[in-house]
Amino acid sequence: MARKILEVNQMTAGFLVNTDIVKATDRISFDLEKGQTLCIVGESGSGKSVTSLAVMRLIDYAGGMILEGDIKFNGEVLSTKSQEEMRKIRGNRIAMIFQDPMSSLNPVFMVGEQIAESLRLHQNKSDKEAMKAAVDLLRQVGIPSPEVRARQYPHELSGGMCQRVVIAIALACQPELLIADEPTTALDVTVQAQILDLLQQLKKNNDMSIIMITHDMGVAAEMADRIVVMYAGGIMEEGSVHEIFAKPSHPYTVGLLKSIPGFEDSHGEELYTIKGNIPRINELPTGCRFHPRCTHAMDICRKQEPGFFQLGQDHKAACWLYEEHGGDSIVSPAGAAIAHGEVRV
Amino acid sequence: MSRQLSNETLIEVKNIKKYFPIKKGLLSRVVGQVKAVDDISLAIKKGETFGLVGESGCGKSTLGRVILRLQSASDGEVIYAGKNIHTLGSSELRGLRQDLQIIFQDPFGSLNPRFLISDIIGEPLKVHTNMKPREIEARVVELMELVGLDANRRNRYPHEFSGGQRQRIGIARAIALNPKFIVADEAVSALDVSVQSQVLNLLARLQRELGLTFLFIAHGLNVVRHISDRVGVMYLGKMAEVGPTEEVYNKPLHPYTAALLSSIPRPNPALKRGRIILKGDVPSPANPPSGCRFHPRCPMAKDRCKAEEPLIREVLPGRQVACHFPLVEEGAFEKMAAMSMG
Repeated sequence: MARKILEVNQMTAGFLVNTDIVKATDRISFDLEKGQTLCIVGESGSGKSVTSLAVMRLIDYAGGMILEGDIKFNGEVLSTKSQEEMRKIRGNRIAMIFQDPMSSLNPVFMVGEQIAESLRLHQNKSDKEAMKAAVDLLRQVGIPSPEVRARQYPHELSGGMCQRVVIAIALACQPELLIADEPTTALDVTVQAQILDLLQQLKKNNDMSIIMITHDMGVAAEMADRIVVMYAGGIMEEGSVHEIFAKPSHPYTVGLLKSIPGFEDSHGEELYTIKGNIPRINELPTGCRFHPRCTHAMDICRKQEPGFFQLGQDHKAACWLYEEHGGDSIVSPAGAAIAHGEVRV
Repeated sequence: MSRQLSNETLIEVKNIKKYFPIKKGLLSRVVGQVKAVDDISLAIKKGETFGLVGESGCGKSTLGRVILRLQSASDGEVIYAGKNIHTLGSSELRGLRQDLQIIFQDPFGSLNPRFLISDIIGEPLKVHTNMKPREIEARVVELMELVGLDANRRNRYPHEFSGGQRQRIGIARAIALNPKFIVADEAVSALDVSVQSQVLNLLARLQRELGLTFLFIAHGLNVVRHISDRVGVMYLGKMAEVGPTEEVYNKPLHPYTAALLSSIPRPNPALKRGRIILKGDVPSPANPPSGCRFHPRCPMAKDRCKAEEPLIREVLPGRQVACHFPLVEEGAFEKMAAMSMG
C-alpha cells in the first residue's frame, strides 16, 4: 500500500450566513496516495472548491470554517493548526493553482518577482538567487525566452502564459501536493491541452501528488487516477478512473456522463437531461440530496440519507439502489458504451 | 439526421470585413487595424443550424454581431430577403430586426435586474407591435410555457431565477416576435452540463416547432457537434474550414481543425490517444503572420504557406478549406499527429 499523503476524514466545512450555519461540504472523506492524481468532479455549488479551500485552510479567510472532521497531510493534522503554522506549509509543501490566471497574479509586479517571492519567503534565498531560480522555473514550464518574460507584467502575457506563470509559482518550492482548482477552465482547448500536458510532465518529474478540481468529465478522464464525484456538498461516488467510467453507478454520475453532448450518434437526437436544477446549499432536500432529480428515486431515498455501498474493490457509491443489489451496477448502456470505447467522443 | 434541410438560402454573407482601428496619441491617430473579421463569405440555409467554432479572439462573435448589424461592417454585404442589411435605412432595418434575433452568453448580464420577467420578455412586443397590454401578457405566458418556465413566476425579478432559467428567459425574449433567424452567441457556455443539455434540447425543439435558423457560436466543440448541421472553423478572423458537421469532425481537412478537434478531452480514460499539441499562442490579429495565418503553429507548414495566403476553396463536395495542403489523403491526420510529436 502506497503512502497516504492526504487524508480527509468526515470533514464538514461551512459558512455562517446571518445566524445560520450553511454546510458547503457534508461529512466528506477521501484519501490521496503519494504520486497520484485525484480529480474532484461536480457542477457549480457541489462544494468542490470549498473542499480545496478547507484543505489549504484558506476557508478561514473566506468567512468559513471547518465544523467537523479532520484533514491530515503526511499524518500531520492540518485542521487544528494555527494560521502561522499553515503559512509555513502553504506555498511550500502544498501549493495551489486557481481558475483565473489573470486575477491570481498581481498586476503591478513583474512575473519573475512574483515567483521569486515564495522562494525568498520559504527558502531564504537572496534576491539574486531567487530571481535566477524564477527564470529557471519559467523555462521549466515552457515559456520561451524566460529572461525577458521574467521582467514583464501579467498584462503583457497571454492567458495561457499567465497560467504557466501561476504554475511556476506553485512549483517554486517543489510542493508535495498541488491543488489545482479548474486550472484550464478559462483557457481555450488548444491551450488547455498544452497545460494538461505540462501538469502531467511536472507531476512525473517532481514526484508530486495532485488534487484537481474540474467540472469537465473529459479532463478528469485524462488526468485522474482516482475520481470523487460531488453533488450539493456530498460525495456521491468514488473510485478509480477506470471503474468510474466503466461502471458509473450513482444515477448522478450516469446522468452527468450521458448529458455530455457530442457523441457520434447524438446528432439530431434528444440529449439526456437530468431534470430540475441544482439545489441551493441551504435548501437541501431530505434523505438523499439527489432524490428530487433522480429517475430511480424510491421511498427510502426521500427519508433517509444513504451511506456508501461498496461496489468493487476500489469503488463505492452513496445510493440506496445498491443496498439490495448487493453491489450490482445499474450501468447504463450509454455509460458502458463510453467506457468501452464504442462511442467516440 | 432527422430534419430535412431545404436548399433555400436564408442569409448570405459576402466578403464581410470588420476592422477595428487602433488609435494612439493625443490626436487619436489611427496607427493600425485589428482585422477581427477579414473577408468571410458564407451562406446559411433556411432551417439549418450553422455552428461557428474557434478560440477566443478569432472573431466569431464579431462575425455574428456584424451579420445582425449590431456592429457595422467595414466592407462586404449581408443579404437577407433580397436586401443588403448593411445599407438599409433605419426604419427598414427596424422592420427587419423582428426577423433577426440574438441570444447572449451571459444569463446574468443580459437581463436587466430592475425589470420584471414579464417586462423583459414583453419588451420586444411593446417596441415592434401594436399589441395591447393584455395581449402582451397573454403572449408572455405563452412564451414562458413554450420555453419551460412557470408562467406564474412572471412578476419576479431575474435574480430569483437560476442560470439555466435565465437563459430560458433570454430565449423567450428572442423568439417573442417569431423571428426567422437567431444568432446564439455562446448560449449554453455558462451553464453546467446537466442544465446545458436541457437548454440544448429546448433550442432543438424550438427549431423544429418554429422553423428557426440558427447561427450557433460556441467554443465548446462537443456542443457544436451535437447541435449543428454544418460547421465553420475560424482562425484569426479567417474562415479555415466549412463543411457538414459529422464530416468535419470525422475527417478534418485543415490542420488547424485537426489540432483543435484532437485537443478535446474525451470522457474515456481508455482512449488516451495522441493529441496534436500546438506550439505557442494565437498571434495578435493586429499583426497577423504573412501568408497563411496558421503557418507559424502548423506542423505541416511549407515555404509556400509563409508566402502565399490560401484562399478558401471547395476540395471535396460541400467541403471548403483554406489550406494549400489540405489533409485529403487517407492517413494524413495520423501523419500530422506523428509530425507534431517528433
